[in-house]
Amino acid sequence: MSFMTTSRLVGWLQDIVGNDGVVSHPTELSVYDCDGYTLEKSAPDVVVLPRSTDEVAAVLKRLQCEGVPFVPRGTGTGLSGGCLPLGAPVMVSLSRMNRILELDPANRRAVVQSGVINSWVSRAAKPHGLHYVPDPSSQMACSIGGNVAENSGGPHTLKYGVTTNHVLGVTLVLPDGEVVRLGGMTEDGPGYDLLGVTVGSEGTFGIVTEAILKLQPLPQGCKTLLAVFDSVADGSAAVSAIIAGGIVPAALEMLDHLIIQAVEDAFHFGFPRAAGAVLIAELDGLEAGLERAAGKVREVCEANGATEIRVARDDREREALWKCRKRAFGALGRLAPNFCCQDGVVPPNRLPEIMERVAAIGKAYDLRIGNVFHAGDGNIHPILLYDERDRDETERVVAAGREILRECVRLGGSLTGEHGIGVEKVALMPLIFTPDDLRTMEAVRAVFDPGDRCNPNKIFPSAEERVEVRTPRRQAAM
Amino acid sequence: MSSKLADFEDSGNCIHCGLCIASCPTFLELGTEIDSPRGRIQLMRSLRDGTVPLDDTSVRHLDLCLGCRACETTCPSGVRYGALIEGAREFVESRHRRSWWERMKRGLLNRALPNPTIMKTFGWAVRWMTRLGLRRLAGTRLLPASVRRSLRYLPEPETPFRSVNLPEITAPAGAARHRVGLLAGCVMQSLFGDTHASTVRLLTQHGCEVRVPPGAGCCGALPLHNGDRERGLALARRTVAAFDGLDVDAVLTNAAGCGAAMREYGAHFKDHPGYRAAAERVAAKVRDVAEFLHGLPEFAPGRSVNVKVAYHDACHLLNGQGVEAQPRELLKNIAGIEWIDLQEADVCCGSAGTYNLTEPELAGRLAARKARNVVATGADVLVTGNPGCILQIRAALREQGSTIRVVHTADFLAEAYTHGAQARS
Repeated sequence: MSFMTTSRLVGWLQDIVGNDGVVSHPTELSVYDCDGYTLEKSAPDVVVLPRSTDEVAAVLKRLQCEGVPFVPRGTGTGLSGGCLPLGAPVMVSLSRMNRILELDPANRRAVVQSGVINSWVSRAAKPHGLHYVPDPSSQMACSIGGNVAENSGGPHTLKYGVTTNHVLGVTLVLPDGEVVRLGGMTEDGPGYDLLGVTVGSEGTFGIVTEAILKLQPLPQGCKTLLAVFDSVADGSAAVSAIIAGGIVPAALEMLDHLIIQAVEDAFHFGFPRAAGAVLIAELDGLEAGLERAAGKVREVCEANGATEIRVARDDREREALWKCRKRAFGALGRLAPNFCCQDGVVPPNRLPEIMERVAAIGKAYDLRIGNVFHAGDGNIHPILLYDERDRDETERVVAAGREILRECVRLGGSLTGEHGIGVEKVALMPLIFTPDDLRTMEAVRAVFDPGDRCNPNKIFPSAEERVEVRTPRRQAAM
Repeated sequence: MSSKLADFEDSGNCIHCGLCIASCPTFLELGTEIDSPRGRIQLMRSLRDGTVPLDDTSVRHLDLCLGCRACETTCPSGVRYGALIEGAREFVESRHRRSWWERMKRGLLNRALPNPTIMKTFGWAVRWMTRLGLRRLAGTRLLPASVRRSLRYLPEPETPFRSVNLPEITAPAGAARHRVGLLAGCVMQSLFGDTHASTVRLLTQHGCEVRVPPGAGCCGALPLHNGDRERGLALARRTVAAFDGLDVDAVLTNAAGCGAAMREYGAHFKDHPGYRAAAERVAAKVRDVAEFLHGLPEFAPGRSVNVKVAYHDACHLLNGQGVEAQPRELLKNIAGIEWIDLQEADVCCGSAGTYNLTEPELAGRLAARKARNVVATGADVLVTGNPGCILQIRAALREQGSTIRVVHTADFLAEAYTHGAQARS
């Protein structure tokens, strides 16, 4: 935008949200140039910080009149560049909409503004014996709005489902400023499931300002095991066998050798440093069946070469273990200044194969790759370490990341489990979708955002990128 | 030292994951990302690289940081944010010219607070003026708003500023089982003499000989945290010298900021070969008084009291010294205590050294937020381990019409262990 347009726009926005609700100084804007995905950067021209649905609606109405594209942002912990402003001069930050509006323990639900931090919901619900299940590893910092946009997962979604299974309704401000309410206080209302397509739309339908969340009772009992393996291959084989054996753990997470080192340096939990991989298996539910299920997991792990199995003695040890798991990404700062975390998915029985391929790709590109991931879902998170000041290494990271995702697709999987396509994986969309598929999805999007102004340049590859369509497509992959 | 701004060793660990963001009090209040830890680190890097100018705007956002280091506790990458912000402040003070009013205010704080003589005179003046109704001036419009805001922190007549002259050696009640050093400090001995007296009483009752080296003075924490490194190191050198010769098991503090700074003496003097070894020796012995008492085998539960108690984490105890469980366990051990968890116990109250004097607006918002949470507990007493937090939270509670008492951990323990019950009000 030209300087004149920007300064006029700032004035209009200040009329809506007050002077302190608009950020326009270049120094203050510079820190909005990326989220947790740091390979691409671009700062917005203006950031606006509304405090209510009405203010969001007024802002979007104004932007509609001016034909200005915009991008929503929660707390900027995303890992696919979902809130990178590309061709969107205005950023709408939801960080001031951070109130829990209603907690209704009797009906097990909470109404929250979208800037509320994920872990706050469980913290508020805990005295009532309830919690909000989806627990992304960034839960102490990520916002509910971002979770809805990306349909976030987390370790415990293996048994309980991802965000979409725990959202009853949302208040969505459409790009023209109209406020619509999708879903509601009860489950599965009549008519098309518009809520279903909105959750996971990566902020391309409008701005979600409020959400009605489902709360679940805290499990009666919980058993957390740590199985130690000599190699990722053994650990992966155990995961495949657990899933195939009909056991449904609440969580089944794997950490490889490199991650164990970083996490041990950071938190001193007492992981065996020499281990090739560790598997965290958590079983929860009624006390009655827990022991038996845990015994079964133990058996399967031992049959697949586990050298040691530990059981968390108490809640404190269990919490310490989860802290290590959830902060593992961050702990990698101890190994390298930058990281790129991939988010591919494979069917659980192909886990041993993909892990072997990831290791081979790391070797071929001469990169260090750590693995910490939701093994039970087949959702891998290879973390490619690099230093952004080394251009050659940075380029190798991009190429290796893409090759890993191609391998996932080849094995019958997908590009993303929970981080979203964002800007990071747009070029890979033709790997799993035909041009027809993409056009159909764009038609759906146009129902909500006909002007293509809400979070543009995300999800859908550009015309040139569509040309290099590669087989196998999704049909072949399925 | 300016080349140290955001050096790779410290900030290189920041991988921009943002996990720190919701632990930051200023981000919680303002919602702007440049006022979050990740944003500030990015700002420091940009200043270092020269991609952002060092001007009023960038300085403003560095000033807004409380230095509470909650982000450091959250950070999985081990970024040493406390060292980063101190480096950035030093960079600012050496290169940026502030307005004359700011220069005067900051110069005064950095000189007067560490000086016990000045602070004792100040405490004496306040005590007399409180009797004459000084606090009422806070309500008149004769004084500028900034002065009136500062007057809020002055004590009520029932909890006056009092100085103390601690003896160089206090013998224990029975046989000496431990020998400890205690930092008399600057503000503590000048204004919080009662807390010092409680501390010494607690220690001697539990078999400690308490040594207070008279030459230790101010530990240098305030100027160090404010970016006045030269003054801070000069003070620190004196404190190191005073304690290094002392044959003690531990060097104790009862002010969170002092303990946090003293534990870092080794790092502060790492490029000073003459002082480094002594600084490291002293730093290794530094303990908070609650932490030390907790470790004593003979520190048994006291008499029964009948009060509802909540606890607030002083930032430089929790984030600067990792003291979290010990004071809680000491308090919970007292029979008759009804314990209530304080929501956001770990969020800064806005006191933050001299922050409430240099940034009264945001400090006031954080104090009000803290007071709302304290009131919601329904407690009789809020216990915390730092004098600044006590003044700040007292003022905010008073403004919200609450009568909840705010008491230092040492005072509360001494009350429970030596005088027995404090009736529920």
